[in-house]
Amino acid sequence: MMQRFRERPGLRLFSLMLPGGFWLIVFFLIPLAVIGAISFMGRDDLGSPTLPWTTDAYAQAFDPIYLQLFLFSMWLSLLTTLATLIIAMPVALFIARMPKKWRNLMIFLVMIPFWTNFLVRTYALLFLLRANGPMNNILMGVGLIQEPISLLSTPFAVWVGLVYGNLPFMILPLYSSLEKFDWTLIEAANDLGANTVKAFFRVMLPLTAPGLLAGSILTFVPAVGSYITVELMGGGKTTMIGRVIATQFGTAGNWPLGSAMSLILMVIVTLAAVLYFRAGRGERMAL
Amino acid sequence: MTQATPSSELGWKRHSKPLVPYETSEKLGRFSLLAITLGAFAFLYVPIIVLVVFSFNSARTGAVWQGFTLSWYERMINNERLIDAALKSLVIATVSTIIAVIIGTLTALAMERYKFRSKGAWDALLYMPVIVPEIVMGVSLAMFFGLVSGGVKALVTAVTGVEPEVADVRGFGTLVISHVAFSMPFVYLTVRARLADFDTTLEEAAKDLGANEMRTFMRITLPLLAPGIISGALLALTLSIDDFIISFFVNGKGWNTLPIYIWSALKQGVTPEINAVSTALLLFSILIVTLSVVIQRRQQ
Amino acid sequence: MPDTPTADIGVELRDVVKKFGEVAAVDHVSLAVRNKEFFAMLGPSGCGKTTCLRMIAGFERPTSGEVYINGEAQGATPPFERNVNTVFQSYALFPHMTVAQNVAFGLEMRGVAAPEVKRRVGEALELVRLPHLASRYPKQMSGGQQQRVALARALVNRPQVLLLDEPLGALDQKLRKEMQLELKSLQTQVGITFVFVTHDQEEALTMSDRICVMSQGHALQVGTPVEIYERPNCRFVADFIGETNFIDGTVSAVNGDFATLKTAAGMPVTGRIGGGPDARPTVGANATVSVRPEKITLAEKAPESGVNAHEVRVFSVGYVGSDTRVVVKLGDANIDVWEQNSVSTLDPNYFFRPGETAWLTFKPENALVLTS
Repeated sequence: MMQRFRERPGLRLFSLMLPGGFWLIVFFLIPLAVIGAISFMGRDDLGSPTLPWTTDAYAQAFDPIYLQLFLFSMWLSLLTTLATLIIAMPVALFIARMPKKWRNLMIFLVMIPFWTNFLVRTYALLFLLRANGPMNNILMGVGLIQEPISLLSTPFAVWVGLVYGNLPFMILPLYSSLEKFDWTLIEAANDLGANTVKAFFRVMLPLTAPGLLAGSILTFVPAVGSYITVELMGGGKTTMIGRVIATQFGTAGNWPLGSAMSLILMVIVTLAAVLYFRAGRGERMAL
Repeated sequence: MTQATPSSELGWKRHSKPLVPYETSEKLGRFSLLAITLGAFAFLYVPIIVLVVFSFNSARTGAVWQGFTLSWYERMINNERLIDAALKSLVIATVSTIIAVIIGTLTALAMERYKFRSKGAWDALLYMPVIVPEIVMGVSLAMFFGLVSGGVKALVTAVTGVEPEVADVRGFGTLVISHVAFSMPFVYLTVRARLADFDTTLEEAAKDLGANEMRTFMRITLPLLAPGIISGALLALTLSIDDFIISFFVNGKGWNTLPIYIWSALKQGVTPEINAVSTALLLFSILIVTLSVVIQRRQQ
Repeated sequence: MPDTPTADIGVELRDVVKKFGEVAAVDHVSLAVRNKEFFAMLGPSGCGKTTCLRMIAGFERPTSGEVYINGEAQGATPPFERNVNTVFQSYALFPHMTVAQNVAFGLEMRGVAAPEVKRRVGEALELVRLPHLASRYPKQMSGGQQQRVALARALVNRPQVLLLDEPLGALDQKLRKEMQLELKSLQTQVGITFVFVTHDQEEALTMSDRICVMSQGHALQVGTPVEIYERPNCRFVADFIGETNFIDGTVSAVNGDFATLKTAAGMPVTGRIGGGPDARPTVGANATVSVRPEKITLAEKAPESGVNAHEVRVFSVGYVGSDTRVVVKLGDANIDVWEQNSVSTLDPNYFFRPGETAWLTFKPENALVLTS
């Protein structure tokens, strides 16, 4: 047995790849193919998917209402990515410039929310901001408002929730590329006449681009498909594509439409990822 | 290039008078970095801290502090459905982590150590579960298991001649299968990163000293990979315990995990008990982070 | 130091102190670098030489004292507004830019027009003999090539002063020697003041017009290589530059420019009084005679003049080709003697052998008496 193994590296490779390959194909790829198939089905009188094949579901998904929803989801995710980037960059910079022992503590403090249950964290924000929650109490206490105001159920609340949920996912990759950054390059840029702002844009930003891109993908992708945040912070009034998909498989009972939307969402996300890998490869070539 | 030119010819003139002196703007920059950092940490931590504080508040509703109590924790411990959900989460997490770690490590070994034609495609496939939105994975698995249930029903009918009333494959098995499907790629990526830095001369040295393939793997490769494998395991464990969306779609009757319990409790209204459960989960995360940091330290 | 800098002075440090926390990395240093001079700052690591350079460049601000460039007090002027450029020890080439882009960076920052940038980048690369590698990335080049790109990137801006921080430190021995010559000729060619930081005394001696020897934050001596080697003003400089023998004793007589010491064993040793005009030894004070190994001769018989002639025992003999390095015992002390092999011979009797006795002599004017 051992002998056969040693003589045939092909066999060894096959047995190493088999469990992982099997699992991914059967429990990831085939299920995707299933919804792929459903997305091209019609519906019978009871609403169940049925043959013949049709593109009705896609026609429906590109209906202005849903198209708008897609655009809104992407727009809100883009704003989320931008906001987390603007907050995370100074934070990562500040931590990277700290003395070693403080740096580790700060990163530990970023890692705690990073590893904490997303549902719990979103709930924490909801708890703080809800109608008779602590935030309203404080605002009333200082006399800014007379009676509780609604801080939830708006696109803004969803946006805040998404930024809150994804901030650690932006800080960590940014920090890890800043940590490796050679700070004498900034001195060299200064020496050659670049002021702080120019040195940042010409030297630091291009060299930390891989971390920046990784963080952006890690923020944008979950934001586009987000469900928990929209459900809790949007209060049913603001909705995004992830929640609508869930509805199609739940109360609305329109599986083909839900499947079609899922596939469109996957295309969006895959495109973003491909862009990331393209950019990443370009960077690696230069470095 | 042969002569040093006087500064005036070079545009070396000092900027006539900067709006703010250089030193002031530098200090301002450093101060704003500090301010943003403090703000960001406040943003991240205030909601969590408020939640923890209010888990000790004796008031049932409202957000006014009415005194310290441990009664919500007491209720949490005595809540059978909650404890049941927590135990189920733990069992599912443990089983799926073990499977994910074994499969992920094997896959990492294959992908890092071998060259083969379809490698590019596998690379992409192994990345996909990381990128595909949870909601899409959830509904696709739900549809898939629905289809399998239908198949089982048809099979049972064909074999026994009696149509079963319910044939639902969803439950413990489907939860574990799904959790492995989304956590295995993370284990794979973590272990592979560690393998990439692996000094293969160590393995050659072991073989040179008379160890066969198996013993080399067990005595050299595995112990050196251990930090990567453990980090991957911690990640898989956390992902499994945290998962709500996918579990929600594949759980079936009687298999409510902790996040599903919290979600349904939330839907019925905010109670201090949820704060207590959340605090417990937070403590669990801090424990995991500490563990993973300790492992990384050891690694260096 | 004169109070007002003369037109000839390019860079001046006046009573500069730099503290990091409580530690003074640079402790009241004053020195003046002349225009178009190749000036080396030499000292062991941690002596404060790099900190001095960084203060000239503007990366650090003096805790007290002032840096002048071209007679102008620099104060808080940021590095990007100073007419100096630096060649970094690690080169600090921008990894995401090609060689040409790296070299063009400084000119672009200054808003030089594009055609002019192109022409000057070409010239600069020509100067360091790398025009064919303009479109390469730094990662794709050897250490020596990267070094030259760093030089071109700094020189293209035609700075008043070029600062070089251990620029040859990362190169191997052979390349180092080549680059030493090249740097020197480059400096003559461009006529720019070079301030060069190194811990390698040979490098400093070969290349520099003048050297400042530093130790523990102090500038100990500034002078030409010959002055530094032949007339070190203190024990540290004598020891740090080249090889030397120290013979300790107490001053027994002072006679014009010369002083005589008595060693613990009672042997008299005479040398020229060194260490500057205010360092007159007094009878009875402790002092040291420093005498370089090549300035001592060994003979089989007692010499005619009795000054600085002592009978010694040969301890070890090492043949290194150009000279023979003999270690002899003078009392308890080891004395190194380098004898030039000016005769071509295979006769073993030509050389001393361990265990033999010999007579050691050196002229008083070839030895220095150092107090402190």
